[in-house]
Amino acid sequence: MVATEWGYSLQIRVQMSYFAAINHVPEMNFPAELKYTQDHEWIRLEEDGTAVVGITDFAQHELGDIVFVDVSSVGQSLAQGDVFGSVEAVKTVSDLFLPIDGEILELNSAVEKKPELLNSDPYGDGWIIKIKPANTDFDALLSVDAYQELVGA
Amino acid sequence: MSLKQVPLHSIHQQAGAKIVPFAGFEMPVRYSSDLDEHNTVRNAVGVFDVSHMGEFMLKGEHAIGLINKVSANDAHALYDGKVQYSYLPNGKGGIVDDLLVYRINEHEYMLVVNASNIDKDWNWISQYNTDGAVEMINISDEMSLFAVQGPLAAKAMQSLTEENLDAIGYYTFVKTNFAGCANVIVSATGYTGAGGFEIYVSNHQAEAVWNAIMEAGAPYGIKPIGLGARDTLRLEMGYNLYGNDITDETSPIEAGLGWVTKFTHDFIDADVLKQQKEQGVPRKLAGFTMIDRGIPRGHYEIADADGNTIGEVTSGTQSPTLGKGIGLGYVPTALSKPGSTIYIKVRDKLLQAEVVKLPFVR
Repeated sequence: MVATEWGYSLQIRVQMSYFAAINHVPEMNFPAELKYTQDHEWIRLEEDGTAVVGITDFAQHELGDIVFVDVSSVGQSLAQGDVFGSVEAVKTVSDLFLPIDGEILELNSAVEKKPELLNSDPYGDGWIIKIKPANTDFDALLSVDAYQELVGA
Repeated sequence: MSLKQVPLHSIHQQAGAKIVPFAGFEMPVRYSSDLDEHNTVRNAVGVFDVSHMGEFMLKGEHAIGLINKVSANDAHALYDGKVQYSYLPNGKGGIVDDLLVYRINEHEYMLVVNASNIDKDWNWISQYNTDGAVEMINISDEMSLFAVQGPLAAKAMQSLTEENLDAIGYYTFVKTNFAGCANVIVSATGYTGAGGFEIYVSNHQAEAVWNAIMEAGAPYGIKPIGLGARDTLRLEMGYNLYGNDITDETSPIEAGLGWVTKFTHDFIDADVLKQQKEQGVPRKLAGFTMIDRGIPRGHYEIADADGNTIGEVTSGTQSPTLGKGIGLGYVPTALSKPGSTIYIKVRDKLLQAEVVKLPFVR
């Protein structure tokens, strides 16, 4: 996710070291069974071969109250790194990047109606899309340890 | 340029504030939740540390003459204890800054300016202070400013002063004892539309006054509020933000500042602004609410039904009170009337919006 608005940038990847230095970092949750991206999405392979994608606890905390989830890519096949939608917090708009090649099968209708689920339950009810991954080899993505190191948690 | 910190920086950090660079300062943008902080101010009481704001003292018998030269509003309308909103025309039809003018007494005024413009404003005003006729003192680095805002502000702060806070009229102020400190300016002003006070104290009093405000406000649910909520609160009222809605490139008449442009005195750009007021301007700053689902943001294009660009959004957000997107932007004058239909380009989509009368929230 890359977010900009209002004079300051929440480009999390670039500014992480700065925020970590001057901000108190609260307890955050990073489930070990998930894979992560540098852009703060997570992906989980399901038993039926589909995969579920959302944003991390770190991302929702950095963004603050999420008030809008906009995904208009359902039905499309996209490549890893393509923008599949966006989330808007009160002050920021953030693109969402697909963690892996695949077809967008479904948008979680619950987060369309209640975007705050991304804040309250980012790995559960706040999942964003279901995809059909082009392959199920997620080894190139970040492990929980690598992601925690990235965000300084 | 290294960032400045407000005197109570560590208090905000301890309170869990997320700190971001803003206007040359490290400022608290959020303590808990933007929405919760917003609603706290709308419905109860909250306190902002806005000590980044700039303050200039102008003293002497020529002070009012200098103010009336650089400021579009007429400082002759002021009386002791009265505050006036105004702006500084830039000599090219644009705006140097917007500001508040406080009349302490006939020969002493305080100007309160935006943090990002402190040096610019100081230099601008100084060049009109010919022969140093007016004593100008930049006290920005010595003053802290706390905005206690919300419908419960007067009740919550009453125990801190013998002054009857309910009796301080809107846009007036008193210099009084507050929280055990002398000569504190308590001003019935703010940037939220929720009512309340702006409290100016010397830095050495800042921590004591902040703690007293938090303690006195505790029974009323007072919370510290960040700049994130400050922006959504001001935008719900349709208040301009310098750098977004008004700049060196925007006409004050187009921006809707005609009401503080008084031709009862001679000031910079009076001729060109009078002409604009009489002859009309080609575009105007308008408030709009989204009809389609979506959130307008600064720099998004405003379009007609065919997708032709007709203007630009200058401020936009999701209104926490209304639960829909609201924004300000410049549109052709014919489309600036309430009820006009415009479209906002949000990413790849053209979303319908309606021009409305300000404020968005009453």
